[in-house]
Amino acid sequence: MRDQNKLRRFEQCVLPHLDAAYNLARWLTRNDQDADDVVQEACLRAYKFFDSLHGNDSRPWLLAIVRNTYYTWRQQQKIYETATAFDEELHSTDDESANPEDVLLQHLHKQVLKEALENLPVEFREVIVLRELEGLSYKEIATILAIPLGTVMSRLARARKRLQDYLAHYQNKESLFEL
Amino acid sequence: MNCDRVQSLIDSYLDGELDLVNNLEIEKHLRECSSCAQSHKNRQLVHDAIQSSSLSYKAPPELQKRMRNALRQQKNADMLRFLPQKVAWRWLAAATLLVAIVLITWNVAAILTAPSANETLIQELLSSHIRSLMVNHLVDVASQDQHTVKPWFDGKLDYAPPVVDLAQQGFPLIGGRLDYLDSRTTAALVYKHGNHIINLFILPSASSLSSYQNTSLTRQGYHLFLWHKSGMTFCAISDLEESQLQHFVQLLQQQLASS
Repeated sequence: MRDQNKLRRFEQCVLPHLDAAYNLARWLTRNDQDADDVVQEACLRAYKFFDSLHGNDSRPWLLAIVRNTYYTWRQQQKIYETATAFDEELHSTDDESANPEDVLLQHLHKQVLKEALENLPVEFREVIVLRELEGLSYKEIATILAIPLGTVMSRLARARKRLQDYLAHYQNKESLFEL
Repeated sequence: MNCDRVQSLIDSYLDGELDLVNNLEIEKHLRECSSCAQSHKNRQLVHDAIQSSSLSYKAPPELQKRMRNALRQQKNADMLRFLPQKVAWRWLAAATLLVAIVLITWNVAAILTAPSANETLIQELLSSHIRSLMVNHLVDVASQDQHTVKPWFDGKLDYAPPVVDLAQQGFPLIGGRLDYLDSRTTAALVYKHGNHIINLFILPSASSLSSYQNTSLTRQGYHLFLWHKSGMTFCAISDLEESQLQHFVQLLQQQLASS
């Protein structure tokens, strides 16, 4: 009886955030099937620890579990993230004004942006997903990643800078758009 | 605020995560520094590009269904885990054994303490005697005349109880009564001795009492005398002294033998 009740409360509380959970898992694993597995595993874990939620916001709580599940899963699968195709040193630009991104970025289509995000190292990728796609506050992100607020700030800044540089580099290389 | 500081805070500024003081200082700096303003603009473009590209994935519809199934299985597994099997079986076995012992004891006790058939009938006779004294229903036919009492039973019983009067011997007949004993209608004759009432029950041979031939019993302070004769079982019950009751019975037996 108690278990039936717990299951119902859990479903009401957690299932509305299934899309968010899947989105994070999908960006972390970069694969449909793996994202499925991670989300399922994460939900079972969440169910197990549901009593520890204590009425807090269930979305960051669930996302933290998804993230932890992903890292555990990755260890088990012995998947090591291949070095990002993007070399920060090589493409880094110090002179912001020299890049005409303001023109170019407006014309970038989704596919390029997706590729840019997928190629970010996972620690940058996750902050972008949590901030830009899930709209979480720095404080929530700090809790989920279990890092200080200042680290969230700097990591997000570096992540955006990398995206910006990647996109600029792509633009220059492909010359798809007018300069 | 210098450019390095502004550069490091530009994302927090963009995300609205800065306090008011830093916010104002950056706004001021961006108005004055074109380089930092460009950085801010670029970062804003990255942000806008992501926002407008709808990069979020949606959970496949069947994932939710599979989730629900997985959760139900988990729930059931949890319920089993809370009942560790070893312990459960041990307790179950113990409980079963206990129940079995209780049932067996109960039945044995019931068999041992169950009143035997003859004792049951004796209790019925005794209850009938006591009831006849209690409820002002001593007799159905009040007569000291045996020739009135005897015919009264005709048609009410499927046997004819012998009726004798012992008034001259100090045990006057005062009437007859119908009773229900040993699952049948039976005759009870009522005699009196002083203030004592004697109920004489006469019923066709009660097999359960066949072992009591000319037997005197005492139950709850009453004396009973049982005997069988001519296919009938007789039972005299009274609060008379045992010897007086036996005297009554002797007189009765003599009368019955001679009549």
